[in-house]
Amino acid sequence: MSKVFEQPHSLYSEFERKTAGSKKTTHYCPGCGHGNVHKMIAEALDDLEIAERSVFVSPVGCSVFGYYYFNSGNFQSAHGRAAAVATGVKRANPDSVVISYQGDGDLAAIGTAETIHAANRGENITVIFINNAIYGMTGGQMAPTTMIGQRSTTTPRGRSEVDHGNPVRVCEMLATLPAPTYIERVGLGNSKQIMKARKAIRKALKIQKEGRGYSFVEILAPCPTGWKMDPPQARDHLLDTMEEIFPLGVYKDISDEREEHSWDRLSSPFEVEKRHEYLQAMKTPLDLEPIELPTDLNCKFAGFGGQGILTLGLFLAQVGMKAGHQVSWFPAYGPEMRGGTANCSVNVSRERIGAPTVEHPNVLVAMNQPSLEMFEKDIVDGGWIFVDSGICTGEPDRERLKVTMIPAAEIADKVGTPKVANVVMLGALCAATEMFPADYVKDTLKVIVKRQELVDMNLKAFDAGWEFVRKDG
Amino acid sequence: MARQFMKGNDAIILGALAAGCRAYYGYPITPASEIAHAAALHFPALEGVFIQAESEVAAINMVYGTAGMGIRTMTASSSPGYSLKQEGLSYIAGAELPAVVVNIVRGGPGLGNIAPEQADYFQMTKGGGHGNYRVVALAPNSAQEMCDLTMLAFDLADKYRNPATIMADGITGQMMEVVDIPEPHPVPYDHSDWCVRGDAATRQNLVSSIYLEPEELEQHNLKLHAKYQKITQDEVRFEEYRTDDAELLIVAYGVVSRIVYSTIDQARAEGLKVGLLRPITIWPFPSEAIRRHSEKVKGILAVELSTGQMIEDVRLAVEGRCPVHFYGRCGGMVPGGKEILEQYRTIMAGGAH
Ligand SMILES: Cc1ncc(C[n+]2csc(CCOP(=O)(O)OP(=O)(O)O)c2C)c(N)n1
Ligand code: SF4
Repeated sequence: MSKVFEQPHSLYSEFERKTAGSKKTTHYCPGCGHGNVHKMIAEALDDLEIAERSVFVSPVGCSVFGYYYFNSGNFQSAHGRAAAVATGVKRANPDSVVISYQGDGDLAAIGTAETIHAANRGENITVIFINNAIYGMTGGQMAPTTMIGQRSTTTPRGRSEVDHGNPVRVCEMLATLPAPTYIERVGLGNSKQIMKARKAIRKALKIQKEGRGYSFVEILAPCPTGWKMDPPQARDHLLDTMEEIFPLGVYKDISDEREEHSWDRLSSPFEVEKRHEYLQAMKTPLDLEPIELPTDLNCKFAGFGGQGILTLGLFLAQVGMKAGHQVSWFPAYGPEMRGGTANCSVNVSRERIGAPTVEHPNVLVAMNQPSLEMFEKDIVDGGWIFVDSGICTGEPDRERLKVTMIPAAEIADKVGTPKVANVVMLGALCAATEMFPADYVKDTLKVIVKRQELVDMNLKAFDAGWEFVRKDG
Repeated sequence: MARQFMKGNDAIILGALAAGCRAYYGYPITPASEIAHAAALHFPALEGVFIQAESEVAAINMVYGTAGMGIRTMTASSSPGYSLKQEGLSYIAGAELPAVVVNIVRGGPGLGNIAPEQADYFQMTKGGGHGNYRVVALAPNSAQEMCDLTMLAFDLADKYRNPATIMADGITGQMMEVVDIPEPHPVPYDHSDWCVRGDAATRQNLVSSIYLEPEELEQHNLKLHAKYQKITQDEVRFEEYRTDDAELLIVAYGVVSRIVYSTIDQARAEGLKVGLLRPITIWPFPSEAIRRHSEKVKGILAVELSTGQMIEDVRLAVEGRCPVHFYGRCGGMVPGGKEILEQYRTIMAGGAH
């Protein structure tokens, strides 16, 4: 067991949460790097007077029991996910000081994505990366940082470039990103290195405290157990071999260029009144003006994508809403979209609506040939069918259905743009079904057409469709 | 009453905002993406958090972080993404954190397709990730319920310190209906005794799911188990339609319950005495209500957008008291009322099993 810490206040003096072994010693092996780094972090927290607001995130690895030691708020997290958890903590309380403390397996293998993206977002957190070139906790397997030739329990013949890839250099990778403020690699090989490591950790935390953005300190640390060495050998190994692959130094430091608090994010508490106002502003501008319906409308609107089929459905549904009825609108997506058709189902109903999909419409608007062929047979007897006669060929069954053949696209073109063919159809539909008066629908359109400069065009198109039906009787 | 015509997916965010949710983390996927779109629009406007995460794995772990601070938070996805959230859900349940997770189910397995299915039922109701845990699973069938049940999910999550989930199919997510805009309500839970906020008051707290000693972990599991039993007792929700004198009970949830609902009156007009029981909570499952019916009816029919998942819970509730029939479509195919009516006719004529 390693020796008792000379305690900074940010470490507990007795490790009450520890379940096995002495509560005065750590669970780390003799000569392990983790204990030293814990102490450096705690000293920095003391110095910067941020211990009270600090949150320590320990993912799986030998340091998963960080919460035994740190007298701070503590999160234990899933393997590799520490940077994501730290993000969730920091964003929810930007006043907290968040330390994501990760091993090499955690940070550079299973958690690579979380690592890179937290850095790329410039999360205002401090990542402490313990690079011991091995998986300590699970029994000395290869880590992403294991060196070429290094033996581990999963590289019993030594790591080879061809079979296992090269050691990953994280500082070098992260330093290519614009967002991080500070990236440094330090070591624990000798007392000079240790002093530098202490300074780097302090600097990283200070950057976070001042809201200057993402800070990252990689620490080359000995794992005598995983390396199968005694502590002095491990230290020598670190100095002789690791440093060559992982050169120490500052990889990025733009902390002077970053203003204080420039990377703070807002997070306001839940204020009921503010939310109330915000939500109320979402309400429809349409006032309720009840109109009784002689029958429910179960509509299918179908045509090519781009003909405004879905919008036609939305318009009718909102007219129905204004009239005080139950309405549903459902756009076909997935397998129903085959054959170049877009379609939607709209119900305007006096009672609770069952299926939002319309199996047997009493209104079909068919704006292309495939739609006509696909849906005509589904219409209930006596239903209405509206067909763009300029686009479709063939006549629906006039015995069975109330048929309106209308060259909607041509009419729309005369009004000003073929894009309003859908509203020509809406005019025809309202005129033929006699469900909604023309002025009622037009007043609705004035409110719901999103682009105000298009309102007139839409009203004209509606009138043209309406008159086509009324004129033809 | 202020109303708006909106997509089911948008209504989820409406409910979340009213419930005081302050942070949304998500990754795009059809047919759930509108939820992220709405969150991206509204959360920052209220100085809340929105992050498009690098994956569903990251998103659920961001939720873990915010939930551990005792702050209302959520994520949403669709089937393949929900699978990725299982690791996080297990940790959230293990650490007893309140969080809301939405699954707008699409066709599977694998990449499947983007069409509606209910084939994630097992994953949603039986835990889904590793370990002894359960998550509350609510199954809305309208845009209004997408909003209301999301609000309820936040309350249940806080009440039990447990994930609460929404399982909706692609249709319920994609369709638009009129929704009453809810009144925001204050968050009634103070989590200072366990959460970690990064302040003096919560400094001694720990968010963790690790219990190294088997004795301790067993106790922890038993405590969780007792909680799940309490939820099973107190939080079952369901709706019935014309079940009083029903001879054939139909059990269906989500969009299927809407299709079945539209067939009931028609079947009755033909003299077929059918009634609908719609689970609103699929975990806890309305087993007791189904058991009661099973003593009176001639048969029960489970209708699902799957090859048969919920039916297992129906069978467990019925314990052989009456025949249990199944009708399902899958792969994105949705049954019409006509084919469902045909099932009633066959079953009631004593044909199918
Ligand atoms: C999803 C998942 N996969 C695998 C593990 C097993 N596991 C625990 S720690 C670890 C590796 C730890 O290595 P490192 O991150 O380098 O930390 P160290 O133990 O060396 O400090 C692994 C693979 C796990 N806990 N979770
Ligand atoms: S296995 Fe290695 S990293 Fe883990 S405690 Fe022992 S020396 Fe430290």
